[in-house]
Amino acid sequence: MPEPVLLQTHDLVARYGDFQALFGIDFSVSAGEVVAVIGANGAGKSTLMKAIIGLLPSPAGSVLYHAKPIGDLAAHEITHLGMTLVPEGRQLFPSLSVEENLVIGGQMNRPGPWSVAAVYDLFPVLKQRRHQPSTSLSGGQQQMVAIGRALMSNPDLILFDEVSLGLAPIIINDIYAALPRIIEQGMSAVIVEQDISRALAVSDRAYCLQEGRISLEGPSGCLTRAAVNHAYFGV
Amino acid sequence: MDWLNAIVQGILLGGLYALFAAGLSLIFGVMRLVNVAHGDFIVLAAFLALVVTQSTGLHPFMTFIFVIPLMAGLGYALQRGLLNQTLGHAILPPLLVTFGLSVILQNGLLEIFSADNQKMDAGPIETMSLTVAEGLNIGVMPLAVFVIAIGVITSLQWMFYGTALGRAFRATSDNQQIAQLMGLNNRHIFGLAMALALVVVAIAGIFLGMRTSFDPSVGPGRLIFGFEAVIIGGLGNLWGTLIGGILLGVSQNIGAQINPGWQLLAGHLTFLVVLAVRPRGLFPKVDG
Repeated sequence: MPEPVLLQTHDLVARYGDFQALFGIDFSVSAGEVVAVIGANGAGKSTLMKAIIGLLPSPAGSVLYHAKPIGDLAAHEITHLGMTLVPEGRQLFPSLSVEENLVIGGQMNRPGPWSVAAVYDLFPVLKQRRHQPSTSLSGGQQQMVAIGRALMSNPDLILFDEVSLGLAPIIINDIYAALPRIIEQGMSAVIVEQDISRALAVSDRAYCLQEGRISLEGPSGCLTRAAVNHAYFGV
Repeated sequence: MDWLNAIVQGILLGGLYALFAAGLSLIFGVMRLVNVAHGDFIVLAAFLALVVTQSTGLHPFMTFIFVIPLMAGLGYALQRGLLNQTLGHAILPPLLVTFGLSVILQNGLLEIFSADNQKMDAGPIETMSLTVAEGLNIGVMPLAVFVIAIGVITSLQWMFYGTALGRAFRATSDNQQIAQLMGLNNRHIFGLAMALALVVVAIAGIFLGMRTSFDPSVGPGRLIFGFEAVIIGGLGNLWGTLIGGILLGVSQNIGAQINPGWQLLAGHLTFLVVLAVRPRGLFPKVDG
């Protein structure tokens, strides 16, 4: 029996002023599913995440979450419904300590398995640095804080926007090693990733974006390298 | 002894200036909004307190029961209804709109209360003083204002760094978009910040009305003192703002000691010197 659809976009478009970044995206995530979004720089991956989470406005019916139209809601309203984004470039709050960054992530008090203690359990290195300014951490540790901060809201769906950007390969391994523990509780995830093989390895299904349109979609295990290359570069 | 006296009185006057400045500093810190009408809101609060004492017979100290909630409500409504619409990437719209508010407030008060000087009568406390040493007396009222200024700044400091609301203020100030991802409605947060700023304004207005005489046109002058205290102390640093207020008060009193006509000039000169030597103020907040 197929899992119920958690998130669905229908003919989703997004613009920055006169520039149209997304053209009629039909995208879906089922409950418990890990979906990868791949594509070249400027293909619209981050824009798609921003449009879904409500940082970019869209018509109400173009995004459905738990079968409810949310396209016209603001980001702070959508996060209250149990969806969150780990933003590209980490974007911690520099005025807040490591622990305060986590605590503010949990300020909506949604019930669930994630707490400050659970995040320290997942990323033990953060516990030693809990009282430091968040800007004093290394890039990888900052990424752990950004992920922990998002988990603190106990979402049903978590969007990861390029969590490996600018990090050393060994650190990226550490971060991806945490993924199974994040999704084992039934959380769904969308992973935006430039590294195609890693994206396909960790996901159930994948979408490839090219110039604001979906150029390929399918189960991650069935996508051939040739098909992905064609969808990625358009050649 | 005259000089020591001038310095001590200047320090106490600095407490009042810090009260003028704290709300300004808070608003700028949270939402990068420069409220040109800040001084006029202080005067509005003084007039509200005056109306309350005259109509209820309450001691001016006790008018805070009415003035603080009224100003807080006004602040929230003003922010949600008007000022939020002016906030964006440009710095000019909020300046122009608050400038307009300043004009409206001054003329509205003039229409209702006329240009007459007003003062609230605080009773015997106004003339009470403590003799610290031969020739050095400290007025109870200026001392009370100073102690309250320290109390207000301590409370704001605690609120900013020790409460969930303060955390939300800092997060929203750091990054409005990402703060939304934490479920924070920045329009509401800004409304609360303005409400809190106008609570401080209410306290400043009540003491302004007891310490000095006031009329509808004195707001911009209070704004200048507030600005100067904030800039001298360093933007975003509340204790720096207190030091800035004290430095301003001491400079003014020393200037007045040299020549009574130099009081205001000495304060402005100190401000200019600080601005020239340390453009970011004496205690700038370390920011990333």
